[in-house]
Amino acid sequence: MLYRENGQFKTTYRADQQIFPIAQDRFFMLALLALAFVVVPLTASDYLFRAILIPFVIMSLAALGVNILVGYCGQISLGSGAFMAVGAYGAYNFFARIPGMPLIPTLILGGLCATAFGILFGLPSLRVKGLYLAVATLAAQFFADWMFLRIKWFTLDNSSGSVAVSNLQVFGLALESDVSKYLFCLCTLAVIALGAKNLVRGAIGREWMAIRDMDVAAAVIGIRPMYAKLSAFAVSSFIIGVAGALWAFFYLGAWEPGAFSVDLSFKLLFMVIIGGLGSIMGSFFGAAFIVILPIALNQFLPFLAGLIGRDISTTAASHAELMIFGGLIVWFLIVEPHGLAKLWSTAKQKLRLWPFPH
Amino acid sequence: MKIRKLALAATLLAAGVSSLVSTSAFAQAKEQYMPVLSYRTGPYAPNGTPIANGIVDYYKLVNARGGINGVKLLIEECETGYDTARSVECYERLKGNHGGAAVIQPWSTGATFAITEKAPADKIPLVTLGYGRSESADGTVFKWNFPLAGNYWVAGDVLVQAIGKKEGGLDKLKGKKIALVYHDSPFGKEALPIIQERAKAHGFELQLLPVTAPGVEQKATWLQIRQSRPDYTILWGFGVMNSTALKEAQATGYPREKMYGVWWSGAEPDVRDVGDGAKGYNAVALQNSSDFDAKLVKETLATLHAKGQGTGPKEEVGQVLWLRGAMSAMLTVEGIRAAQERYGKGKVMNGDQVRWGLENLNLTQAKLDALGFGGVLRPISTSCQDHMGAYWARMHSWDGKAWKITSDWMQGDEQIIKPMVKAAAAKYAAEKKLTPRTPADCQS
Repeated sequence: MLYRENGQFKTTYRADQQIFPIAQDRFFMLALLALAFVVVPLTASDYLFRAILIPFVIMSLAALGVNILVGYCGQISLGSGAFMAVGAYGAYNFFARIPGMPLIPTLILGGLCATAFGILFGLPSLRVKGLYLAVATLAAQFFADWMFLRIKWFTLDNSSGSVAVSNLQVFGLALESDVSKYLFCLCTLAVIALGAKNLVRGAIGREWMAIRDMDVAAAVIGIRPMYAKLSAFAVSSFIIGVAGALWAFFYLGAWEPGAFSVDLSFKLLFMVIIGGLGSIMGSFFGAAFIVILPIALNQFLPFLAGLIGRDISTTAASHAELMIFGGLIVWFLIVEPHGLAKLWSTAKQKLRLWPFPH
Repeated sequence: MKIRKLALAATLLAAGVSSLVSTSAFAQAKEQYMPVLSYRTGPYAPNGTPIANGIVDYYKLVNARGGINGVKLLIEECETGYDTARSVECYERLKGNHGGAAVIQPWSTGATFAITEKAPADKIPLVTLGYGRSESADGTVFKWNFPLAGNYWVAGDVLVQAIGKKEGGLDKLKGKKIALVYHDSPFGKEALPIIQERAKAHGFELQLLPVTAPGVEQKATWLQIRQSRPDYTILWGFGVMNSTALKEAQATGYPREKMYGVWWSGAEPDVRDVGDGAKGYNAVALQNSSDFDAKLVKETLATLHAKGQGTGPKEEVGQVLWLRGAMSAMLTVEGIRAAQERYGKGKVMNGDQVRWGLENLNLTQAKLDALGFGGVLRPISTSCQDHMGAYWARMHSWDGKAWKITSDWMQGDEQIIKPMVKAAAAKYAAEKKLTPRTPADCQS
């Protein structure tokens, strides 16, 4: 009743091919953007910004990048943490070595460093596939770990190997408050997400998907596997690199190579698998699931225990959190192997028929 | 099907609601809120648990003694699992609760780095007892950091001195070979500057052997030690790396008496699994070793554990890390007490006031004795410039069952450490474009 495209006639190809052809979707998206850009900055607390919203926004961006590679192009990668690290340290080096370097070019250059690194470690994808490729990209992870720990040049010869940034500003505006940091990350995310959505709808996105679905057939119809795969690596690692730079600059402030360990690579892969492979929306769901749910559980459990008049120790809460979180992952994957994004589209499908299903 | 949908709805609802539910209860008057970041789960839980128990036990003890001039401590724990992102989340969650946190102890290198960047804006001092950034001892640059009672450079310096003493004088170190087996992380790398400095001064050869975290794989490292046969080995490890190193040393036949550990490598959880195999192994104690006869330990057992109010198992009370936690808690509480002396006894202090208190600590032997810490640490006094307060340390060794103190008090060489701190802090200030504090600022 509410969600039905009856009566919405398309009279031009343009109208037919827009991102959200259904008017309700457009309104929903606009409302969501208004919520994210206006309502949230006005209402959210310090804690929400710093501990939940900023990490969620940045991780969504990173998951988006991983989704392009893994979800759209079908190249399983376990090197995402390394791409983030390269983005972060690349941006740091430009920022710290060049006096007066503005922030936005810094982030773009950081992303480009990650792109170069990603293409280099994407080369094995021309020969190996599937799980073998996952192992090959794991090499990127270990290489980056080693590089930033041992090559002192990257950390400006700091004795402890940890680096820090400060005095971030863009167009003369200081990015010190949580709201400004959040808005900056959100703008970056919105711009890149829009670009990514259009890329995957365009010719190059179709090439990626063709490669994912069957690379031999794709090659037969004239898609160059090398170009398609390496471009997926390039675009994906650029986005992940920018996310890494944001993570380091805006969330951590000071960091060590351990912040981009193999755990992070796994987390990002889980995000896209749980969120939904090959779906932009899924990246957001996945990031929310992995970033927010554990924290929510951790706070909800003592609250729940409080309701029944019991006191739960932090240890018990954190063990329970891990168990419930693990259980939920398994449960979601059994109920909906195509990820949370599939649930979302099923819900939309049901909503079209509501309240009179067949 | 229906149940499944219900369950799904309930889960989503729960996730949604709980993120909105703010855990803040109403702040009660006259309660100083003390957040505790602990890691009782995860790979480093064996170290994190006794530390957290020590902190919480001591806070409870302060409450049992009547609080700080009547101000009771309100304790809230948050589990970090030794994960930097979770530590930051905990910090953000707790810092505003119950009228706001006035002081925080991060208990992790990564978290210390991250929170150091946030503390000046939040006006919350960080107490990092012997860990974190060594250069943060310079209070003119690091206004909010307090590596009280010694930092890693003091630990490293004392380790070299102890080795020198065993050889019969630092000048005898010339031409000797010392291996440094360190955790390949910012924590481990803190060892390098001081030990390299000493190597240059005394002419001993330093062999650097980094171990990739977490350090369960050290076969290659110990093969190198077997080949090069260093005269001494300094172990700079954390968690499982320590017991692995000791087991490898045992397997290689490297004498444990010639192994010297940093204080993170010198507690019960590090050697317990190796037991007799670690006999004779030495470590530096940044002031406190284990002490089951300290007045504090007896008081804790009598006041808390005898009544079933203790936090952890009672065998643990008095062990190295328990005492470390208690000592950290004590110095924090004394910082608040010092702040109360100036800003009003019996009042709840805010972060800025506690920072002043921590900068003006003056714990005499009499005060320490009264607190039950006689023999655990030496008198300590801090200032605006010096946020560390003491260069003292001792050596202790594992006799197969317990840690026993084996040396007199030794002092890290100020002549060496101070300029290093100064230089590193100046470098940090230049990078961050900070202006060091002026003497006028020190009065505030």
